[in-house]
Amino acid sequence: MTRFVSPRVIRALLPALSMAVLLVAIFVIQPRAMSYFGLNLMLNLALPIAFATMAQLCVITVNDLDLSIGSFVSFCACVGATFLNDTPLLGVAVLVGCVGVYAAVGALIHLRNLPSIVVTLGMSFVWLGCSVLLLPTPGGTAPAWLIAIVKFKTPLIPFAILASIALALIVHAGLMKSAAGAVLRGSGGNPQAIARAGWSLLRTKVTMFALAGCFGVLAGLSLVGMTTSADANIALRYTLLSIAGVILGGGEFVGGRVSPIGAVLGALTLALAGSLLSFMQISPDWQIGAQGAILIVVLALRTLVNRAEARAA
Amino acid sequence: MNTVAAPTRSPLARFATRPWIWSFIGALAVWVATIVFTGGKGAGEILSVALTFSSFFVIVGVGQMFVITTGPGNVDLSIPANIALSGALAMILMDGSNGMILAGLVAAVLCGVAIGCFNYILIRTLQIPPIIATLSASFIIQSIAIAYGRGLKIKPPPLLTDLVQAHILSVPLLALFVLALSVGLAFVLNRTLYGRAVTAVGQNPRAAELAGISVGRTRFLTYVLSAALAGLCGAMLAAFSGGASLNMGEEYLLASIAVVVIGGSSVAGGDSNVPGIWGASLFMYLLVTMLNTFGVGAGVRLVATGVIIIAVITIAGGKSSGRG
Repeated sequence: MTRFVSPRVIRALLPALSMAVLLVAIFVIQPRAMSYFGLNLMLNLALPIAFATMAQLCVITVNDLDLSIGSFVSFCACVGATFLNDTPLLGVAVLVGCVGVYAAVGALIHLRNLPSIVVTLGMSFVWLGCSVLLLPTPGGTAPAWLIAIVKFKTPLIPFAILASIALALIVHAGLMKSAAGAVLRGSGGNPQAIARAGWSLLRTKVTMFALAGCFGVLAGLSLVGMTTSADANIALRYTLLSIAGVILGGGEFVGGRVSPIGAVLGALTLALAGSLLSFMQISPDWQIGAQGAILIVVLALRTLVNRAEARAA
Repeated sequence: MNTVAAPTRSPLARFATRPWIWSFIGALAVWVATIVFTGGKGAGEILSVALTFSSFFVIVGVGQMFVITTGPGNVDLSIPANIALSGALAMILMDGSNGMILAGLVAAVLCGVAIGCFNYILIRTLQIPPIIATLSASFIIQSIAIAYGRGLKIKPPPLLTDLVQAHILSVPLLALFVLALSVGLAFVLNRTLYGRAVTAVGQNPRAAELAGISVGRTRFLTYVLSAALAGLCGAMLAAFSGGASLNMGEEYLLASIAVVVIGGSSVAGGDSNVPGIWGASLFMYLLVTMLNTFGVGAGVRLVATGVIIIAVITIAGGKSSGRG
């Protein structure tokens, strides 16, 4: 069955389409948003969400789910606002240690065949506790260099957009186009086949969890660079946002089917939803509800495309 | 009923094979450690308070257990939002008057039922994993709760508050009520057609379907049951804490899943038990009490809670696969 636009293409375009619809709606309601300043304002908090979404994507790729990413990002932000500023070497060591802990969690989940939601649930308590120990009250100061990077004014296009595009393309190249990426995704799609072909499932899982840790660190640092101070609860909502972002971007829960570019678009879409509401002068009470509604609408559209595909087949 | 403790004459080994026994041993150990630390003071009070607070965990935990039993990937993430909305709804409807207590409680449960239906409609029509469906639903429910319940300062009816906080022979009335409820639900799980269907669907949905069980209907009823229990919990919690607040459900997301796992139910579904929910709820609450008694700060307490959850699942789990 050959068609002009195949369901597969439509499905791949859905994340971009939903973001475009949202952007158009924003520009129609508030034309002034269509400027360097406007975009910068709307998207400056999108970068940490994009990083957190990418971390979640790494974990979802290997058929797991990370319920601790929000508290982990908060912890990294706290480290960024304390150790990294006061004693940079110690700060870097702590952050590297965090990535090590993530890798260890991946190893534990694989070796003992544990349900990831429970283990990461436990880890979310651990990270939150560490953040509270580090910063019992909101405070701290982000290092000047970090603030300078995050608030860097790139010409023509805001830094958050450029960084998001770079993030999407780098992960896309690494995960979707490289041989190693195929193995990593395969370990989510068909673990037995990957194991029989001689690759270590332990290694793939540890790699993906370590990568998730790295992206989590980047999310925390970019967040604290933006806010300049941190608190233990600063990013707790990222756990749910990141899952929503991955799914919005075309990722599926099982089978290693993910899309890094889609995930970044999904994260940006969720970040923009808040701006649209405020331009429509709808109370911020409904912001989280709107994110849920967007999720449902996009998933409904995807189901329609899938049904069309099934009928065509 | 197989949830009744084995007779004393039977060997200890038979007792130890019960998956839920470990949660009770854990709860007992933590309680003993606490009263050793206090030198025996307040042992009864600690237990009484623990029974009250565990009751809330048990109400939502049993609902979550039914959902998790229906198989890998089935989990209800809308519980916290549900608690917030149902609690607010119940308080508004009761409006502090004793005569409206029953109406308020029914409304909270019905609110839960509606949320359960909404969850299942999303799962079914969109063909999306329940985690995502209940997550999206919870976003919307939470917004409704925020918009509807902001700044709500309605006190619960005095009679309801008295009932929720009453004690019979120093045993909390609430705990007795929830005990009766959980015995009833254990009967449903182990002895009714629906309960057996839940377990069968969790073990192998295809085999269950071929055996003539309607998988869709079973899952639908399960999501409705879980949400209805969360709704009830919302009303009780609001009555207990002197009014509904928007974040009162927050800790119940993690707690509801944790008590199922610690209680010895399989995260992959198809193998659950109700007594474990009680053991695990008591364990979770007594653990916090112990750490508080030891005088550790909030940070250490959170870290210890997390480490212990992971330790328990590492030691107890590992048999079953699946994401749960």
